[in-house]
Order: sequence, then structure tokens, then C-alpha cells
Amino acid sequence: MREADIVIIGGGPAGMAAAIEASKNGNKNIVLLERDRTLGGILQQCVHNGFGLHLFGEELTGPEYAERFIRQINELDIDVKLDTMVFDISKDKVVTAVNSEDGLIKLKARSIVLSTGCRERTRGALNIPGTRPAGIYTAGTAQRFVNMEGYMPGRKVVILGSGDIGLIMARRMTLEGAEVKMVCELMPYSGGLKRNIVQCLDDYNIPLKLSHTVVEIHGRERLEGVTVAKADEQGRPVDGTYEYVECDTLLLSVGLIPENELIGALPIEMDGTTSGPVVDESAQTSCEGIFACGNSVYVHDLVDYVTLEGYKAGKCAAEYVASLSSGSNAGSDVPVAGVGAKGTTAAEPKDMIRIKSGHGIRSVVPQQVHRECREDVRLFFRVGGIYHNAAFAVDSGDKTLHSVKRRIVTPGEMESIILTADMISKIKGDTVILSMPAGQEKGGEVNE
Amino acid sequence: MTYDVAVIGAGVVGALTARELSKYELRICILEKGADVASGSSKANSAIVHAGYDPLPGTLKARFNVKGNEMFERLSQELEVPFKRIGSLVLAFNEADMEVLQKLYERGAENGVPGLEILRGYEDTARIEPNVSTDVAGALYAPSAAITCPYELTYAAVENAAANRAEIMLETEVAGISYEDDLFKITTSQGDISSRFIVNAAGVFSDNAAAMIGDNSFEIKPRKGEYLLLDKSQGDMARTIVFQTPSTTSKGILVTPTVDGNLLMGPTSTDTSDREDLSTAISELQKVINGALRSVPGINLKQVITSFTGLRATPDTSDFIVSPSPVNKKFIHAAGIESPGLTAAPAIAEYVAGLLKDAGLELVQRKDFNPVRKSIVRFNDASDGKKAELIGGNRQYGRVICRCELVTEAEIVEAIRRPAGARTVDAVKRRTRAGMGRCQGGFCAPRIVEILSRELGVPAESIRKTDGSSMLLTGRTKEAL
Ligand SMILES: Cc1cc2nc3c(=O)[nH]c(=O)nc-3n(C[C@H](O)[C@H](O)[C@H](O)COP(=O)(O)OP(=O)(O)OC[C@H]3O[C@@H](n4cnc5c(N)ncnc54)[C@H](O)[C@@H]3O)c2cc1C
Ligand SMILES: Cc1cc2nc3c(=O)[nH]c(=O)nc-3n(C[C@H](O)[C@H](O)[C@H](O)COP(=O)(O)OP(=O)(O)OC[C@H]3O[C@@H](n4cnc5c(N)ncnc54)[C@H](O)[C@@H]3O)c2cc1C
Repeated sequence: MREADIVIIGGGPAGMAAAIEASKNGNKNIVLLERDRTLGGILQQCVHNGFGLHLFGEELTGPEYAERFIRQINELDIDVKLDTMVFDISKDKVVTAVNSEDGLIKLKARSIVLSTGCRERTRGALNIPGTRPAGIYTAGTAQRFVNMEGYMPGRKVVILGSGDIGLIMARRMTLEGAEVKMVCELMPYSGGLKRNIVQCLDDYNIPLKLSHTVVEIHGRERLEGVTVAKADEQGRPVDGTYEYVECDTLLLSVGLIPENELIGALPIEMDGTTSGPVVDESAQTSCEGIFACGNSVYVHDLVDYVTLEGYKAGKCAAEYVASLSSGSNAGSDVPVAGVGAKGTTAAEPKDMIRIKSGHGIRSVVPQQVHRECREDVRLFFRVGGIYHNAAFAVDSGDKTLHSVKRRIVTPGEMESIILTADMISKIKGDTVILSMPAGQEKGGEVNE
Repeated sequence: MTYDVAVIGAGVVGALTARELSKYELRICILEKGADVASGSSKANSAIVHAGYDPLPGTLKARFNVKGNEMFERLSQELEVPFKRIGSLVLAFNEADMEVLQKLYERGAENGVPGLEILRGYEDTARIEPNVSTDVAGALYAPSAAITCPYELTYAAVENAAANRAEIMLETEVAGISYEDDLFKITTSQGDISSRFIVNAAGVFSDNAAAMIGDNSFEIKPRKGEYLLLDKSQGDMARTIVFQTPSTTSKGILVTPTVDGNLLMGPTSTDTSDREDLSTAISELQKVINGALRSVPGINLKQVITSFTGLRATPDTSDFIVSPSPVNKKFIHAAGIESPGLTAAPAIAEYVAGLLKDAGLELVQRKDFNPVRKSIVRFNDASDGKKAELIGGNRQYGRVICRCELVTEAEIVEAIRRPAGARTVDAVKRRTRAGMGRCQGGFCAPRIVEILSRELGVPAESIRKTDGSSMLLTGRTKEAL
């Protein structure tokens, strides 16, 4: 069986960054496995501008952004296997994959980076009563058809859900000559970025119907129309608000969910809210030597942060492997807990500080940091509603470590707050809580 | 071209009948209006091979049900179709129900159902079905009840019939029939066909087919049944098929695992005048949920993947119609085959062959009849060694198309190339499971369209989801023009 120091699963921006940084940190036995025909992940189907503003100071298209990393991967001569689907990871880190050239591939890894991205949610949305005609797609499938295959999935479109892919496809389909009738969003706020609502809907006069949902599907062979209704606070349709909308296409953009089927039987702790693994500040999961980054940990809005997280995972994986070789039992595959450079080794729970979501906060990542962490850690979080002039605090016991204010926060937009090394060193207990102090009023629509 | 027998309808009844007839030296054709076989009741039902305590003694239903159940064992082996004898329970919730169970028990005994047993109290029932409601007063246990895959059985039967030289014609709708010089002239959407005998296995349309020769002896009153299908995570919420005691108003909602490991619950029962109405309604699905939770309260409804509807071909005669038409003895009905028609189908097929013989068709055994059909090898189910071997023999096994169910290009290509093979995305899905997983085709749909287009040699824009004009794409993008 072939052995590899670092096996990276998924060649999107997260996996590419991990490969590059692991290589730059001196590891030369890296294998990057990608099931698609090209590297780049979801970026390859995003032909719009808007990638890389933070990292490169310019707005690139998805493929342009990907190209910069693909070039580096080639320059660093990293072993990349395309069209290669990983379908199993065993407890002793044997990665099993297939492709048509090598057949069945088994790789014994010393460290693994999970960067498998996310997939679109369909469950629930596909439960809409009515018929089952052609013409119902997830927004991402439609995006693939239009941007990668050059086909139009329809002409008259209703979009259910206001996730970013749905918003971007509203514009894309319009530019391709389709008529986008409306975007219906069950919640009283959009799940997408404000910038996308302005640039993809408002600029094209496409109505965004908040608190609206599709209650019935019509048409036998091809979709002929949908019934749309206003939804009450519990999401139930309100009598008397039913409206028939003629359309041949329904795009679902009802959210993304981290793709983590591979974790399966591994003893990796999962976060029920993000649907991704619990990670620490070094991107390590609760399973020693297994790192995770990008959309497989939680759904990101901006690729720049995905890349930064990938760098971190790659660097820490390389350090972890180095620590295995330089440890007292050099050459052995059995690592000694606690030995490792810069806290990259999975620690005993008591060495970890748990970061919990308190009032108003839906999720926070990383979910834990090492007590001896000597670097600043950026906590990414999402809120549970729309708030104006919101205050956030990180509390340890009855002490507030840090607090910040934001003019407006929405669930569609990822927020972050930095815990400095100094703050971390002051934490006494084994948990800190990120919350919005009680008494803050949820706001209505974001109209500014 | 003159056939000895033309079978109208490639549902499970027509398919197994054609397969039965292919044992003999006959020229057989199956005429199916859908773009795929199993496009009627046979694609959407409870998939249960009933034990046979339900039908009234002396009816064709009772006779073919018990016989069919017996035949399934061998049939499923010959045709390599999933079949699991997991047994069934009819739950009683009170003493009145227990009395009904007693009657069912006696009826079952009279019908010749083996192994029936009445369980008394919750404990005994829970020993067989641990997740059952504590409100249960007892149950009728039928160990011979089983589950299968109805469309896989239909595909298998058609493939095996084709391997034994029957011809299958898809998208061939029978529009009219005349009878002259001892021959039926059948007008179809693809031209005329003549045949000496006809088997009417047209499901919900079997009365229409009968009317084409002036036979108005029965009428089909279709009834809808709606279902919810749940993720595999819920598959072991039921180990057996869990029915409820039928009342005068309702047959109850059943909960059962499927052969693929999902959980299925339903069906409701509502009359419809529309023979193509496969829509679902919130109110009906709510009945499914209420009923299912009454039997198995722990089901996690968040795990619902999809809902669907099946149409029962309920005849106004109350029993299956398996007999020569009163208008023409060479026109044999296998009509009004509602539940337990899937179970009964193998027995009906054998009986229909007998009726044809009685009507003058000479049945000469074919010496080279091959009863065996192999299923498409599932890459996902293969061992590592077998996987490597598969890819070694065919590189397309190394290309995973459906990531959720781990379906490879080789399997999809085979599904398309087999006799009466897949032409539509749904046909690929039912044959290979591609698109049936977590993402419900989100990722693989574009690639399946591409493979279908390549294999069938037609433009991608003409690839359909199911029948008629269910095209997935409406044209090229501007740049591509
Ligand atoms: C429609 C859309 C628009 C966006 N717009 C913007 C924008 O304008 N600006 C911006 O900054 N960000 C944007 N983003 C966000 C950003 O692009 C994503 O967050 C980022 O691409 C995620 O990177 P990733 O590497 O984690 O995942 P992905 O890009 O999804 O990559 C994961 C890779 O893993 C592979 N993989 C998964 N499982 C396996 C397996 N079992 N075996 C082998 N390979 C596997 C996949 O094929 C894929 O290539 C957008 C995202 C979407 C979806
Ligand atoms: C909700 C429900 C649940 C059920 N559950 C069970 C169960 O658990 N166990 C069980 O044993 N049975 C069950 N059944 C019954 C079983 O599904 C049917 O008895 C069986 O599928 C009938 O098969 P068929 O071949 O007669 O009809 P179909 O499968 O309906 O086939 C008829 C075919 O004829 C074709 N056709 C019609 N008209 C024409 C024409 N003019 N020209 C060409 N082709 C034509 C149709 O397209 C169709 O493909 C259930 C039925 C339903 C609806």
C-alpha cells in the first residue's frame, strides 16, 4: 500500500491552499485527491466577479481565482489525482478512492485534510406537494448547466430560497434571456449577502418576496406553474394569500450543508449546528492528525477566508507530520499525544477551551482552542436573526474578555471577532461563551 | 409482422406474462405507451409481497396472492431481484381490533397462508417489532410476507423476456383494435401491428383497452395512494411490514423498510377521475404521518426525502379480472389488478398462459429458454477486491457519477444499453439509484443527461425526465449559440 504524509481530500480552494502551504512548509509527500475533472471546486462554475477582494485586492471570477492556485500547485509539483472519488477513510487513516486509471487506490496517510466542500440542501424543498415534473433544479445544478455545459434549464423561472447561488442564478438566467419572476424566501430575511440582493435582484427589478413560499407544484411533464403563498411566523401558508405563478423552472436555493459523509465511522466529534466537524484553532478535528477546512467545516460566504483556513490546515498538517518523525518514536505511525509543534496535536479535553454559542448566536467556529495557544484566533459566527446596532461579548465565567458592536447583522452574513493570545491566556474555566447580551431587539427587513 | 401474442402494458403483470410466454415457441411483443417499462402502478406502490390473509376466500385475489407469494422465492432468484421475507404485523389497538384480527387469521388459514400467529399484548408484539407503539393491544403476525422492488422486478422480467426473444416496444400506445380474418389489427402511435392473441395488462387503462374491442364489461375507478419516503437513517424503525387493523373507513397506514434500506410509509386512499393524476396533497401526506406515528411513534420526520403517489386500478367488479373477454375469446384480460397485484403477478402470468392455451394458442416449450437474468452489478456493494477487478475489466467503473449512492458510469451505460433500456433520467435513476441519494440528483443530473445524450446519439436538449415532453433543458445558452 502506498504511504503518504498528507492526503488532502477535495481540490477546491480549501484543499488547494492546504496542499500549497503543506508543501511550502517542507512536506514533499502530499497527495491531493479531487473527484472532478479539474481542480477549483465550486469556483469553476462561478463565472461572476467577486472573488479575492480581501486576499488579492481585486475582483476575480471563480475560475480566475482558482487558476492562481492551480498554477502554484503545478509549480510545487504536488501529486494531484483528478477524477478520483474518495469513498472511505478508515480509523487507521487508510484512504480508499477510485478512478479509471489507477482503479482502486489505497493510501496509508499519516495526516488527512478534509476539504470536501458542501452540497446544496434539497430535503424538505422536494417535499412540496403537487406533481413531479421536469424543470425543478437546485440553483447549483442550474448553474452547472448554464456555466459549464452551455445549456439553459428553462425560460420562465421562480426561485425558492434566497441563498447566494439562487441570487446569482437570478441574474445569470436574466442575462441569458430568461424571465425570472420572483425569489421567494420563507424567512423574513434573506439567506444571501446584501451585495448579491442589490446586484442580482434589485438591479434587474426581480422581486424578493420575503415570508413567502411555494406550496404547490403544477404540470405533468414539464413544470407549468407554482402556487406561492405568504407564510406566517411558523412558516405555514396563510389562507387567502395563494397566488398561481406560471413558470417552467423552479430553482431551489434553500441552503448549503457541509459534505461530510466520509467522516462516517471515524471518531470525529460533529457540530450539530454547522453540520461540520468540531475543529480547533489549528483546523484539527477531534481525531488526531485529521484536519478540516473550508465549506466542509461550515458554509463560508467568502472564498478568501476559505483559502486562509486551507493555509492553516496545510501548515498544521505539515507540522503534525514533522512532529511525528521528530518525536521520540520517530518513524513510527503511532503518535504520542501531547508531542507536537505549536499545539497541533489533539489535546486532552482539559487542555482545550470550548467556545459556545450563547444568546442570539447560531454557530461559532472554531469550536475550541488550545489553552496554551499563543496566537490570535479569529472566531467566525452567524447570528440567528437581524439586529441593528448589535453588541457581542465573549465571556469567561462572569468576566467579559472582549466585546464588539456592529451596525447591522443578518443571518446571511458571516461575522467575526478576534480573540487575542493575551485574552486566551486569561481564560480560567474550560468554556467561553460568545453571545449577544439580552434585551437587543430583532429588527425587520434590511432596508437601507 | 404478425405476432402470436401482443401484450398491452409493460407493468409487472404484462412483463411477467411476456416472460412466462417466452418459455414457448411464440412471437411475442409487449406494447408500452410510456418511455419506460413500469410506468404505471408498478413503479409506485408499497412493494409488499403480501401473505394473503386479506382477500376473501374463493376470489382470484386470494388464489393468486397465496400462490404468487410462494412463487416469489424462486422467481427473485432467477431474475436476481431483491426479495426479503421479513414478515408482517397487523397491529390491533383495542379489543374490537383484536376481534378483526381473529377473523383475518381465520380467513388466512382458509386461504392457505402458512405460519400465521396472533400475538397478544404489547410485549409479544414488541419482541418482533421493538419500535412499535406501547398502545398496541396485539398483532397478527404473518412470517411469509416479504418486500421486493416492484420496478426492478418489472425490468428484470422484460429483460429476461427479451433475452428469450420477446420484443418490447416503448412509447407505443395502443390507440385502436380491430379483428379480421382471425387476426387483431392493433393501431399504435408507432404504426400497425397484427397479432393472433392479445393480453390486456393495461392497468388503470385496462377498461379503455377492453372498450377498443367493444367490451364494456367492467370499469376502472382509479384510487390514489400517497406515500412518504424517508432516509436510510430511519430504515430500521421497522423490521417487519407494520400494518394497522383495517376498519370500514380505512385500511390504515403501513410502515415498512424498503429493500434499499429506506423507510416507506403510506398509502392513503382517495378516488380520482383522472387516470394520470400523480400529484400529492398536504392533507393526504398529513394522514400518512398521523397514521405512521400511531404505529411507530419514534419516526424522525425530518428525515423525509420525498413524497409520491401511486394509482390503483380498482375495478368495479371487486375482484381481479383474469379471463377471456366476453366479446372475443382471444383477447385475454389481466385487468383491474389492484393490490395485491404485485404479489399475484407471477401466478396471474402462469394462469394467463393457460387461458391462452384454452383459447387455442399452441404452447410448445422452447428448448433454449434461459430463465436467468443478471442484475446490473452494483459497484457500491462490491468488495474492494471486486471493485478493483471491475475497474480492471472496464474503466468506466472507475468513474463515479452519482456520489451519494456511488454509482459509476459503467452501471449507467449498462442500464441504457440493456434491452428496453433507460432512455430518460428517471429510468436511469430507477435502474441504478443514481440521483436517489441525499442530493437527489443535484450533482449527477447534468452528467446523466450527458451520458444519455452520448449513448442514445441525440442532443442533450431532447433528454427527458420521464414521459412526453418532460425535457430537462430548453436550449443552449447565448454564448454557446
Ligand atoms: C454559487 C456560489 C457563489 C459564491 N460566490 C462567492 C463570491 O462571489 N465571492 C467569494 O469570495 N466567495 C463566493 N462563494 C464562496 C466560496 O466560493 C466557497 O465558500 C468556496 O469555494 C468553498 O471552498 P471549498 O474548497 O471549501 O469547497 P469546494 O469549492 O466545494 O471544493 C470542494 C471540493 O472537494 C471535492 N470533493 C468532495 N468530496 C470529495 C470526495 N469524496 N473525493 C474527492 N473529492 C471530493 C469536490 O469535488 C470539490 O472540488 C460562493 C459560493 C457559491 C457556492
Ligand atoms: C398505492 C398502491 C399500493 C400498492 N401496494 C401493493 C403491495 O404492497 N403489494 C402488492 O402486491 N400490490 C400492491 N399494489 C398493486 C400493484 O402495484 C399492482 O397490482 C400492479 O403494479 C399492477 O401491475 P399492472 O401491470 O397490472 O399495471 P401497471 O403497472 O399500471 O401497468 C400497466 C401498463 O400499461 C400501460 N398502458 C396502459 N394503456 C396502454 C395503451 N393503450 N397502450 C400501451 N400501453 C398502455 C401503462 O403505461 C402501464 O405501464 C399497490 C398499488 C398501488 C397503486
